[in-house]
Amino acid sequence: MILIGERINGMFGDVREAILSRDPEPVRRWAMRQYQRRADYLDISTGPSLEAGDQPGAMEWLVRTAQDTVDLPCCLDSTNPEAILAGLEAHRGKALINSTTADQWKIDLFLPMALKYGAALIGLAMNEKGVPKSAGDRAALAMEIIVNADACGFPLEDLYLDPLDLPCNVGQEHCPEVIEAIRWIKTLADPPPRTALGLSNVSQRCADRQLLNRTFLVMCMAAGLDAAIINLDDDELLKAVAASNVLLNREIYCDSFVMTFKNRD
Amino acid sequence: MAVNIIKEKYSNRISEVVIGTGPKAVKVGGDSTLPFLLFEGEMPNRPLAALEVWDIEPKHWPEILTSEFKGVLSNPAAWAGKCEEYGADLICLTLAGSHPDNLDSSPAQCAETARAVADAVKVPLIIIGCGVEEKDVQVIGEVCRVLEGRNCLVGCAKPDNYKTITASCIVHGHSLIASNPLDINIAKQLNILVTEMGLPSNRIVIDPLVGSLGYGLEYAYSIMERIRISGLSGDKMLAMPVFCQIGQEVWKTKEAGSTVEETPEWGDQARRAVMWEVVTAATLAQAGGSIMVMRHPASLKQFLAHVENLME
Repeated sequence: MILIGERINGMFGDVREAILSRDPEPVRRWAMRQYQRRADYLDISTGPSLEAGDQPGAMEWLVRTAQDTVDLPCCLDSTNPEAILAGLEAHRGKALINSTTADQWKIDLFLPMALKYGAALIGLAMNEKGVPKSAGDRAALAMEIIVNADACGFPLEDLYLDPLDLPCNVGQEHCPEVIEAIRWIKTLADPPPRTALGLSNVSQRCADRQLLNRTFLVMCMAAGLDAAIINLDDDELLKAVAASNVLLNREIYCDSFVMTFKNRD
Repeated sequence: MAVNIIKEKYSNRISEVVIGTGPKAVKVGGDSTLPFLLFEGEMPNRPLAALEVWDIEPKHWPEILTSEFKGVLSNPAAWAGKCEEYGADLICLTLAGSHPDNLDSSPAQCAETARAVADAVKVPLIIIGCGVEEKDVQVIGEVCRVLEGRNCLVGCAKPDNYKTITASCIVHGHSLIASNPLDINIAKQLNILVTEMGLPSNRIVIDPLVGSLGYGLEYAYSIMERIRISGLSGDKMLAMPVFCQIGQEVWKTKEAGSTVEETPEWGDQARRAVMWEVVTAATLAQAGGSIMVMRHPASLKQFLAHVENLME
């Protein structure tokens, strides 16, 4: 399971303040903390409140600050192509672009960009019409992205497809569709494409968020989820991932299975 | 039509363990793919073959085996010298005499024997206790102290006695055999506990116990293969070389032990027994076994010839 730490995001007050004042300390702190808690990638987002023109500079600064602190690749999270580009320019190693949608103009923009920089790419199963309701429609949009990737020689192992979860208090009917979509997406190519999910969205503005998050993550893992953007500060969530790795036979059981999962090396 | 060879690429490597010091020191492990798939990855070190030496004269070894060591069976140092002559990569000294049912030899006596054997040969040494856990703790501790700096491989550490044996290895500079009863979960857990004590993973070999041909070989094979695939796939606590006590299992089978008079339909005993030992070792080498402890010099020779062919 590939874990992407969600915390370096301008939606969080401390990170937004840090971006505005260019104070590296909160970014360094979260980079180190998420590294220690077993992140494979650091999600980096300037947040939507920043002016579009300021986003590329902020992205570049965040990427440099994070990678100067820990040796981890970043998941460059923005709807602004200029910001993604600035992040790629500053990034060391193999970045993960988050994300393209299934709209052709976006695919045509981001696939060549990912190829040029040797980056991996998350493709969202949505288009300008929004997020489809059914698993089948999600899989169809995922297929659009796969076909485009295949046509331009993009390595399929670098493509992550995200069926998009919605908050369960407003889009409850989407939850089982997302799980089913993961199953479908895994059958769309051989070897199967990878799947990713921004987990915390499923519990936005809900009670018992951590319970909802970890239950949904375990359900999605059982359906074949490969990567998730998560809150690594949630200890019970990490334990559930450790247990799922064992129960899905991805990791050999031993009595210290929780400890060995949580320890970085 | 051109055939496209599919190559598996693993994310991890088996740790490389050095045993012994000086020019005769040996290396084992370091593999980046499954055994002998040299087109796919690296196997920098071939499997090794050790011959077994006891500190007491074995009572139940058949004549076709003892005849190879005529005149030296009551002298472990001379016996070890003979094994070196036969071409063993290592000597495996089994301290069977320390067993309470045998001589119940003291730790000091065992250490003295170990020192004599170490002084008699240039090849590296493996030293194994009698298997009684509380006795092994005392015996192996003293052996480790006396052989400090010789970088031996000692064992066997089990879940109930690993602490003291591991500490002795750390303090006196030896590597450890971590033993489990054909159980991959215990193998992993024991390696975690041992590395947590501070013994680096490149000083641990896994002993998963083995079965001989006809007596559980397939089961041992499947466990060993699973250990190796997990190790190569990224599980660092299973990415160690694997130790196989082949002779111990083979020479207690009736196929190796019964004479041609007892079972004439099975043919010549020596040929049959040696074949049993070679086939068992050669099979487990395919599953990832990399230190084979054998008893008959002809088995050793045939096994090493087979390995040489596979490494070409």
